[in-house]
Amino acid sequence: MSNEIHSTKLQDKVESNVFVMFVMLAVLLSVGGLVEIVPLFYLKGTMEHNKHPEIVWQRKAGETLADWKPGDGIRPYTALELAGRDIYIREGCYLCHSQMIRPFRDEKERYGHYSLASESMYDHPFQWGSKRTGPDLARVGGKYSDEWHRQHLIAPRSLVPESVMPNYPWLATNMLDGESVVSMVKAMATLGVPYTEDDYGADFSRAADEVKGKTELDAVVAYLQVLGTMVTFEEGVDYRE
Amino acid sequence: METTEKYHFDVVRWFTIMAVVYLVVGTLVGVLIASQLAWPVLNFDIAELTFGRLRPLHTNAVIFAFGGCALMATAFYTVQRTCGVPLWSNKLAWFTFFLWNFIIVAAVITLPLGLTQGKEYAELEWPLDILIAVAWLAYSFNFVMTIAKRKTSHIYVSNWFFLGMMVMITYLHVVNSLAIPVSWFNSYSIFSGVQDAMIQWWWGHNAVGYYLTAGFLGIMYYFVPKQANRPVFSYRLSVIHFWALMFGYVWLGAHHLQYTALPDWTGSLGAAVSLAMIIPSWGGAVNGMMTLSGAWDKLRTDYVLRFLIMSLAFYAMSTFEGPVMSSKTVNALSHYTDWTIGHVHSGALGWVVMVAAGAIYHMVMKLWNTEMYSAKLVNLHFWLATIGAVIYIVAMWVSGIMQGLMWRDYDAFGTLSYTFAESVAAMHPYYVMRAVGGAIYWLGGAVMLYNIIMTIRMASATRAVGAPAKA
Repeated sequence: MSNEIHSTKLQDKVESNVFVMFVMLAVLLSVGGLVEIVPLFYLKGTMEHNKHPEIVWQRKAGETLADWKPGDGIRPYTALELAGRDIYIREGCYLCHSQMIRPFRDEKERYGHYSLASESMYDHPFQWGSKRTGPDLARVGGKYSDEWHRQHLIAPRSLVPESVMPNYPWLATNMLDGESVVSMVKAMATLGVPYTEDDYGADFSRAADEVKGKTELDAVVAYLQVLGTMVTFEEGVDYRE
Repeated sequence: METTEKYHFDVVRWFTIMAVVYLVVGTLVGVLIASQLAWPVLNFDIAELTFGRLRPLHTNAVIFAFGGCALMATAFYTVQRTCGVPLWSNKLAWFTFFLWNFIIVAAVITLPLGLTQGKEYAELEWPLDILIAVAWLAYSFNFVMTIAKRKTSHIYVSNWFFLGMMVMITYLHVVNSLAIPVSWFNSYSIFSGVQDAMIQWWWGHNAVGYYLTAGFLGIMYYFVPKQANRPVFSYRLSVIHFWALMFGYVWLGAHHLQYTALPDWTGSLGAAVSLAMIIPSWGGAVNGMMTLSGAWDKLRTDYVLRFLIMSLAFYAMSTFEGPVMSSKTVNALSHYTDWTIGHVHSGALGWVVMVAAGAIYHMVMKLWNTEMYSAKLVNLHFWLATIGAVIYIVAMWVSGIMQGLMWRDYDAFGTLSYTFAESVAAMHPYYVMRAVGGAIYWLGGAVMLYNIIMTIRMASATRAVGAPAKA
């Protein structure tokens, strides 16, 4: 009875040797991930700027992040924006706000042009989110004044009575730490985000100057105000074809 | 008594107890954050208690603290029972226990402080990620080596599922957590944008697919036949659905990113495999349920069996809902809404916790060699859990579909009918209902904890007066 094979010889072999089963599983379980993930790193069509290079900011020699104007193209975050982004992640904003507009009529009217993959190429980690307990923020930049954002972050219901967002009063009193902002920029540069020497110096120490005397609130507002403002979209161009 | 035991069960006992403790704690945090969405004043303007910081604590507590301890308890229990040998290393098992619990304590401290990598279900910072990898490998290695020295000729089916989970979670955790440190408490994912999104949801969906599904199917394959005292319905079905599930689940993550900036081919591929996954999923559900074939009457008297069978009903429902939600038409509506939250909880509350609760009740009776302190309280827990879960899921179905419809609604003049704020206001009654359902569910867990504590006290008292205890 115990010698009788109830399935196939292969299955019987796998079932009677844990190491064979381990190797079978290790191979089988890698397939789906390899097929879906690896091509995203080399297929040109994945990133829109391969076909539309104008959506990325083309710096002229000697230009710094300060020379960039909204619509000039995708660029790395400034030190202040990057600090704001870290606070955005720390407070878990991504759990209730997406930053990924889908190509639907209602989303276009509510939030703006659909998001491009290239727009988040400097986002380590990505901030697309998975839930809209609050509205999408992919293009919130420039929609409200800085003053509106300050008031809204400290006491959301004073501006939007229906809101269920927590108050963030501590952002107004917490000061940014220059040293940690320098290490943030440094880490991003290590990951390949193209900061130049003109931006913050070879050792990125000038990033500390940019955030001197600024509060966490200043940083978050700076981050929110740049979201979605980098690319100038041309009418009638299908960036995702 | 412990010294004369054939198996290393002490570590299993402690994993079992901690699983129940973390269930009560994790769902309590869930009830709090659910209430915060209904009444934002409950954020108390205290940074450490805001929704954005407690939500990762809730997910980590229920998935990794409760789920992890339940998986480690059951895997270490079943592997010894089905292989007929004690654990390869008792010391390594205890090392795993202490390290895992240390990580949980560290999570409880760091997450409310806002120390996070910002990737859902993988929030813990890099030093903890390294410890998780060590604990996970210690757990897996011990498990494999125990099987290697087994007395039986073939490896029992529940162990296949545990093994698949162990291999896949190692892949997922290592790749998704690759980051460069900014400081001891801060790091950035080495991936960015679209690639990071795909890797995150490859992790995110497979944490569900392997940790919360394959692992818990391993539990199901041991405890359902044991509790019902009947053999598994079909060996062949278990072979087919095991390999299909293992191969297929890996592909599903992409369905979280449909219509996003992820290339269309990836999302569509994920959706196509998602639709096919209903077959292996239902294969497992059918195999579990039909194990009761000819013995359905046991459900009338055996409350533990009720948990196990109800969990399979939820599992079948949830794995039908999943493929439906991954189809493009439905996903366009359901994505970004509460429907997703409802779907996760129909799996988590209905399937994962129910099947684990059945297994834990079974193990407690065997491990302490006693009956439960109160069978009535087991039944009470069953009904609180079932009713609580149904209220929760229904609330999220209604709110999710309503959100999706409100966001895309146009009036006769071709303008959007509702502002976003109006859709938020419309959610309030359902958020209240969800919090109530969650609270009922939490109460069931608290009843379970009380019942188990009393059972252990009762068993210890019996032993103290000198009654011989059988191992």
